[in-house]
Amino acid sequence: MHASAELAGPSRRTRPRDSAASWPLADRIGLGLCWAAGVTLTLLATAIVLYMGVKGISQLHLSYLFQHPTADVDQSKSGGFLDPIEGTLLLTAIGTAIAVPIGTGVALWLVEYGRPAPLARTVESAVEIIAGAPSIVIAVFGLVVFSQPAFAFLSFRATGADAAFGRSFVIAGAAMSLLALPLVVGAVREALLQVPNHLREASLALGKTVGATIRRVLLPAVRPGIATGTALGMGRIIGDTAIVILLLGNTLGTESADGGLPGFRLLRGTGSTLTSYIYGNSPAGEGGAPEKAYAAAFVLLALVIALNVLATRLARGNLSALTGGAAWTR
Amino acid sequence: MSGWRIPERAELGLGALAVALLALIVGMLAFVLVQAWPSFAHNGLAWFGSGGNANTQLNDIYQSPADPHHYQYHLRAWPLLYGTALSTGLAVLLGLPFALLCALFTVEFAPPGIARVMGPTVRLLAAVPSVIYGLIGILVLAPWINDHLVSAKFKLDVKPVVPIGGGGLLLASIVLAVMIVPIMIAIISDALRSIPRSWLEGSAALGVNRWRTMWRISVRAARPAIAAAVVFATARALGEAIMLAMVSGSFIFAPNPLDGLNFFLEPIQPLAATIVAGSEGFSAKPFAQTLYAFAAVLLVSSALLSLAAWAARQPMRRMGLR
Amino acid sequence: MPPPIRRISLEQAPTVVPEPAASNGNGHAAAATRSAASAAAIERMRCDQVTIAYGQKVAVNRVELPIRQGEVLALIGPSGCGKTTLLRSLNRLTELTPSAARGGRISLDGEDVDTLEVTELRRRVSMVFQQPNPFPMTVFDNVAYALRDGASRRPRKPALAEPVEHALRRAGLWDEVKDNLDHPALRLSGGQQQRLCIARALAAQPEVLLMDEPCSALDPVSTTTIEQLILELREQIAVVIVTHNLQQAQRVADHVAFMYLGELVEYGPSEQIFHAPQAQRTRDYVHGAFG
Repeated sequence: MHASAELAGPSRRTRPRDSAASWPLADRIGLGLCWAAGVTLTLLATAIVLYMGVKGISQLHLSYLFQHPTADVDQSKSGGFLDPIEGTLLLTAIGTAIAVPIGTGVALWLVEYGRPAPLARTVESAVEIIAGAPSIVIAVFGLVVFSQPAFAFLSFRATGADAAFGRSFVIAGAAMSLLALPLVVGAVREALLQVPNHLREASLALGKTVGATIRRVLLPAVRPGIATGTALGMGRIIGDTAIVILLLGNTLGTESADGGLPGFRLLRGTGSTLTSYIYGNSPAGEGGAPEKAYAAAFVLLALVIALNVLATRLARGNLSALTGGAAWTR
Repeated sequence: MSGWRIPERAELGLGALAVALLALIVGMLAFVLVQAWPSFAHNGLAWFGSGGNANTQLNDIYQSPADPHHYQYHLRAWPLLYGTALSTGLAVLLGLPFALLCALFTVEFAPPGIARVMGPTVRLLAAVPSVIYGLIGILVLAPWINDHLVSAKFKLDVKPVVPIGGGGLLLASIVLAVMIVPIMIAIISDALRSIPRSWLEGSAALGVNRWRTMWRISVRAARPAIAAAVVFATARALGEAIMLAMVSGSFIFAPNPLDGLNFFLEPIQPLAATIVAGSEGFSAKPFAQTLYAFAAVLLVSSALLSLAAWAARQPMRRMGLR
Repeated sequence: MPPPIRRISLEQAPTVVPEPAASNGNGHAAAATRSAASAAAIERMRCDQVTIAYGQKVAVNRVELPIRQGEVLALIGPSGCGKTTLLRSLNRLTELTPSAARGGRISLDGEDVDTLEVTELRRRVSMVFQQPNPFPMTVFDNVAYALRDGASRRPRKPALAEPVEHALRRAGLWDEVKDNLDHPALRLSGGQQQRLCIARALAAQPEVLLMDEPCSALDPVSTTTIEQLILELREQIAVVIVTHNLQQAQRVADHVAFMYLGELVEYGPSEQIFHAPQAQRTRDYVHGAFG
């Protein structure tokens, strides 16, 4: 049948006379409320982005990205936020470096081995608990553990005190890794479950061990899943403030500890991140510099949005032929 | 993955990793509970009760003398718990209908162009860090509330007891609601989309209009997902520390419903925000232990909520939906 | 979307047989009751030059058919011939697909269906689907569904008990479920579910009942039960049934329309179609030359 057969008679797109105009009043009110909700949500999101954008750009000088902050009441002399940016990047790097290998390893064990079953279920539950725990609780975890004198090598020991200072980049980074860990485990697990079984069977049938199968077949196959989990985890780390405030020592500039190996000195030091900088400059912190806060918030928001877009793209690349759900009716 | 094999090297290695992680998590949980114990032990069940001004009680704890025998632990944490429950409850109450309507809009009633925009919009709102929500709240909304909703007379009247500013229950609940709405929309829309098309067609073929079809069939079948959404949103709201530290008024107080509309303007300080506010004081041992006690309460609540979320999704699995 | 089309060699000559109102009573060995009944039957719906296209692809091309009360009309033809599409256009269900466009006129009791409120149309022209699709509710709620949500004011439960029982009796399900009205409908067997769907469709007292291969997912016993039902129902309402199963069409139908590749090839009383088909293609199909 070809399109040459014209539609005989009055041809029309059957635009339904199902227009809401004929519904009972209560139903029409409901539909109106739906519209109101959807429009309000969109307006809200737009307002937030626009407001932060406008305020941020108006307050942002490119030099801020490259100047060290100084504690000065006079805002024109208080510098930029290079150190907070450094802090954000450093923490993200540490957190991801810890979370991704461990998370991938745990996900692999859960999916490919997972014996004995009760142990696997317990590990899954533990990861779930961490996933659900608020970041403030994870920060407290970190504080409790790392204040013990045994861990003094990770920060520094306050003179005369019997407890370690308990705050440093490496400690905060370790706590951040707990934030990112469930996201990595989840993403890698999803990706592993989507790898068709015949790939595994083919490798095993060739006489390879499961371990070799993992190394040669599965890891390459789930690389997009690992990437997605990493991006999601990074997003969460960058946006977090509670862990930073509790575990990073809250010094405005990045300060290395004394003594020990040079690289390790930085890790044992304290500093700030974009998030703690924003908090500190708002009226809730020492106050004083809302302009800087807006500028830093703009940079932070841009970073987080970029990461989320990246994560979404990566995630979509994993799903095969999954439509968003065709509209049931129009 | 079938039968019993002698564990190979890789399995032992990865398994050890998983077990180590498990041990770490369990260890941390135990550690926090142990460190928190003194605060509960000294107050008994009255820890959860009310009595006195929690602000001064916390201050006294912080200023305990250095002698361990004279550590101060006295605390009646009810205003904290009450403030947490109020802000969370109001946020969910505000957020759930809004999220449900948005989900319906996205899945069914929005024209295709607008429907495509809704997904990224929700993801955007979910991605905004809480400190930015707090910033907007404290720099934009709080002054507005202070100027337009707080009467000078009320402020003056209660000044000896409680400081009134823009921050308080109302602002905290509203911003919290905006923060939890994206999670709920995501979960509910997923469930609405997975309703079998045959049901929807069948309903249309019986002459029932789209609104009623969505309500009576899709929303009804998605009730377990709505419950799960509420649980996840509650967990998120409970754990929110930074944003609430900025907008909730920063004064431990149990708002009085008998104050009428001013009830909403009174300040609170939820548990998580109190930990943040007290972050400078971790060096004082009894104070730190009190803060650990708060964390323990949060931890137990979030674990219970995780369990509830798992239970809420079971009916949907039984029905064969996601 | 209609399934892909199988092609065989075609004859060029159009083979539509003129309307039976003039040419009935050709002296076949027809059951006298049936012919007489259809000659006196009231026409409830009519298709005039109906054409349906999905985007560029024409699924139904200029079909003319009457649908009468008191008789069963069967639409037969191979996969993809457009019979299901035609059926679904009768209650404007094709509108659920965005790319569908319709030309021609479909009328219900003389009124163009496009001018009717679509929810009202679908209450008067009900449909039963191939796969039983009971809602995730109790048996009672399923049958009462159209009654509750078709009207603007929801009737109270006591007022619904009688129409529900009536519908279940007409569908032959009352005895089996009368003690279990509050049980979930999904717990019924396949055949019972389909009869429940029929009861649900009958609850609002429709004038026309459309059935899209209602027995194809069922076992032979349930099939027989439902065919019995159809024969009982046709007294009060017009029934249009799409079926793949030629024997079923022979058992159940009074009039048969044979469609091929979107065109109505032949229409006539079932005895004619099955025993003395006038078009070559009909003859080929009925005798199993293609499926």
